[in-house]
Amino acid sequence: MVETSENVQKIRRDFPIFSRLENGKRLVYLDSAATSQRPVQVINAVRRFYEQMNSNVHRGLYEMSEEATQAYEDARSNIASFIGAKPEELVFTRNATEALNLVAYSWGRANVREGDVIVTTEMEHHSNFLPWKLLATEKNAKLEVVKITDEGLLDEDSLDEKLKLGPKIVAFTHASNVLGTINDAKGIAKRVKDAGAICVLDGAQSVPHMPVSVKEIGCDFMAFSGHKMLGPMGIGGLYGRYELLEAMPPFLTGGEMIKEVHIGEVNWNDVPYKFEAGTPNVEGAIGLSEAVNYLRSLGMDWVRSHEKELTAYALSLMVKESSVQVYGPLDVEKRGGVISFNVDGVHAHDVAQILDTEGIAIRSGHHCAMPVMDRYGIPAAARASFYIYNDKEDVEALIKGIEKVKRVFSVE
Amino acid sequence: MSDDLYRELILDHYRHPSNFGHLKAPTGKYRDSNSNCGDVIQMEVRVENGKIEDVMFTGVGCAVCIASASLLTENVKGKNVEKVLEMGEPDVLALLGLKSITPERAKCAMLPLKVLKMSLLQEQKQA
Ligand SMILES: Cc1ncc(COP(=O)(O)O)c(C=O)c1O
Repeated sequence: MVETSENVQKIRRDFPIFSRLENGKRLVYLDSAATSQRPVQVINAVRRFYEQMNSNVHRGLYEMSEEATQAYEDARSNIASFIGAKPEELVFTRNATEALNLVAYSWGRANVREGDVIVTTEMEHHSNFLPWKLLATEKNAKLEVVKITDEGLLDEDSLDEKLKLGPKIVAFTHASNVLGTINDAKGIAKRVKDAGAICVLDGAQSVPHMPVSVKEIGCDFMAFSGHKMLGPMGIGGLYGRYELLEAMPPFLTGGEMIKEVHIGEVNWNDVPYKFEAGTPNVEGAIGLSEAVNYLRSLGMDWVRSHEKELTAYALSLMVKESSVQVYGPLDVEKRGGVISFNVDGVHAHDVAQILDTEGIAIRSGHHCAMPVMDRYGIPAAARASFYIYNDKEDVEALIKGIEKVKRVFSVE
Repeated sequence: MSDDLYRELILDHYRHPSNFGHLKAPTGKYRDSNSNCGDVIQMEVRVENGKIEDVMFTGVGCAVCIASASLLTENVKGKNVEKVLEMGEPDVLALLGLKSITPERAKCAMLPLKVLKMSLLQEQKQA
């Protein structure tokens, strides 16, 4: 215990944000599922880029531009290796949302025909639901949605049933941003491939929090966001299996993504540049690469076990409160460090606002996953989420904050 | 600052809202939600000769939103439609007994008035 705490103290010193106060109190940041904080190493890497080599990439022949290009491509290699991919299989995007849309627009439009089946799940963030819904509408295809169980797991029977329909695409999340559920990505990917479909994984909530290798999982595409894993905002990635990326038409068009443009004929650039139209987010890539180094130095196994410990501790205290409803599986082997909850008779907004008076930052609302809210028949939920800089003290602050909510609203 | 958001007035109206339910014969009705938090309010009005004869609401929301709807419906009963259409944020804050509110919570507080105005405009169109 003490060891973990000392570790966390050391980590916290790398995050300048923790020197600010929240409503005059120590900042207890429990909203990393929305966006993580960034360590000084990442901030400095971005700063170094602008101070020492700012120039556009892939175009200049002068020294500085070569350096910038090198740094950008080194970042790609480093981040790709972090997720078990080859550099040419990593397309830089703004975030997971853009990555998922890229797959739906490019692969989807080229391959989905009228009457085809597209499968997603009830557990998805809107960004892994709406692109598929739109694609289905545009192509007159069928959108099928895998159900979730009361416990908050993907319903195996429902999944089997959908796979039997012979879908073209199956898109699902690795870890839920509401229920915390960690899906067996490898097992599901295998079943999806056996069913002859393309497997699209939303890694936005898994890549930051546990070891993830696309090669090991065997998915065809995976989306993730840099800002949820200590990196800058506005940078994310799409992993795509090389043969698939090769065969896909471009998503956005313009500069950088071509080899030759003539009035009558256009030659697209090689993968992944074909999908990176326009000037890319170079500082973002460099910052994210530094974030990956930081996570590597901690070890993703440590990150996962640290969050597991905090989640188990928080759950053990929260389930004792009869007026607190916790959503998602209670077994920490099946879930990550995201805990959505409600206090009886109190709206999630009010929970969040009262916690804020104690310096505790959590999120409240539908978390861009309204189908999940519908599934549990709730308009909203409060959500606390943990990361490397949280410790047991933060969990205890959360529990004390919930006690205050109950006092203010006279909840028994 | 936000500690005094949760004074008795707001908590009372949240726990026991006035005019919560449906009207028998509304002349106007409107429902809307806040995109980010999922607060939903429906207002039903009965307008006669340009005056609000009766108004009731249903919905789910946070304490600020529900208290605002409750206090607002109490306040506008018997008022001229034109007067209500002129109401704005200062009026709602006054009803709630608040001096100021953060931008995020302003959305919660203002949803009921927004929906009420829409229900009145809708009924004007039909009349
Ligand atoms: C599971 C999941 N998928 C996708 C996203 C979208 O991420 P972004 O907003 O960075 O594109 C999120 C963000 O909250 C998420 O939690």
